[in-house]
Amino acid sequence: METKVIEERGVTHSTFVIEHSYPTSPERVFAAFSDPGKKRRWFAEGVHKVVDEFVMDFRPAGTEVVRYHYKEGSPYPGLPFVNEGTYQDIVPNRRIVNASTMSLGGKRFSASLGTFEFLPTETGTNLVFTFQGAFFEGSDGPKIREMGWRMLLDLLEAYLERE
Amino acid sequence: MPQPTVTHSTFVIERSYTATPQRVFAAFADPAKKQRWFVESDGVEFEAFEADFRVGGKEYSRFRSKEDSPLKGASISNDTWYQDIVPDKRIVIAYTMTVADYRISASLATFELVPTAEGTSLIFTEQTAFFENSDGPKIREEGWRELLERLGRELAS
Amino acid sequence: MRRGETGRTARHGTDVTRINRVFHALGDPTRRAIVEKLSERPISVSELAKPLVITLAAVVQHLQVLEESGLVRTTKVGRVRTCRIEPAGLSVAEQWFADRRSSWEQKFDRLGELLAEEG
Repeated sequence: METKVIEERGVTHSTFVIEHSYPTSPERVFAAFSDPGKKRRWFAEGVHKVVDEFVMDFRPAGTEVVRYHYKEGSPYPGLPFVNEGTYQDIVPNRRIVNASTMSLGGKRFSASLGTFEFLPTETGTNLVFTFQGAFFEGSDGPKIREMGWRMLLDLLEAYLERE
Repeated sequence: MPQPTVTHSTFVIERSYTATPQRVFAAFADPAKKQRWFVESDGVEFEAFEADFRVGGKEYSRFRSKEDSPLKGASISNDTWYQDIVPDKRIVIAYTMTVADYRISASLATFELVPTAEGTSLIFTEQTAFFENSDGPKIREEGWRELLERLGRELAS
Repeated sequence: MRRGETGRTARHGTDVTRINRVFHALGDPTRRAIVEKLSERPISVSELAKPLVITLAAVVQHLQVLEESGLVRTTKVGRVRTCRIEPAGLSVAEQWFADRRSSWEQKFDRLGELLAEEG
């Protein structure tokens, strides 16, 4: 994935909302977030990525840590990325709120609050994801981050189909 | 079809202080100093404050709202995790607010310290998710009039 | 504001412009007095002017600001314009966010005092 370095000046704040419908129950979509074995598959793993560590303690105040790097042929091959977060609030099958930071090569480049709401619909689930974040020096920036999340929520759909 | 029950908001507060960024930063980093300004005196009684000022460290504070306030003597606590610290420049925290054992919000708060000719410009940005939870405290029943009075007092001072 | 995947605009939370209007509305002591009076019962515009010792024109101006902020509603029946509190003027969330903001403002005031004391 290409990254764009934003101006080395101050902090940029951004909020975006992504909604994604899934043709399966909120319980099943929620389980893809709460079960470490499942979450790792769609959230951490990827064709161009190597997961070095995945630890998840799914409870309020529990932490989640993903360490990974990209393969040869990708931008920033081999460099260590870390995504670490703390669960702020969990309402089973309804809501997850997570605060997390992202780092590259040991340097933090963003901090964010993510709200996932699992809403039952006639056809399955409407997942409403609200991202509220602060981007620091050297970060990808809000637009690329939003694209990244849209892709992830697509990957989740593919994962749920295969399950 | 149920609607989302979380409301999101961002607000920014900017302040100027005639002190260097180093001194303003110290007022955050030193728990003894932080307690002196961070502890609310209006409408609440202080109960506890502990801080471990480092990335990944935790800060905990607890207050009790006064009997005549909208929250009627309920205990309010903040659980804070330090997300990012750049000495004399930036502090980012994530924290939740719990009222009478109900978690009612989660926030990301950024404190930026910018050096100016006079001293420091503090830029505070709070991005919050507020849980309008039907199980939570019914603030609305009492809060409307008291809030107006409190807003009025603060704006007048 | 961005549209979600499904094309339905997701609920985005507090309108910051509205909060600013409420702050502006309540930033004036006469307007606060008007709101205080109206919270007891609906009152006609001319009745409002009397105890406040200000001109009718001034009352009308204040009421305009209050209406714009959503805190007050006026209706005209015949020649009498009556004002009443709009109870939906502040939603639970808006109340709460306004309270959070003023709470932080207080903290930053005290930070300023501490820094000044330290010299």
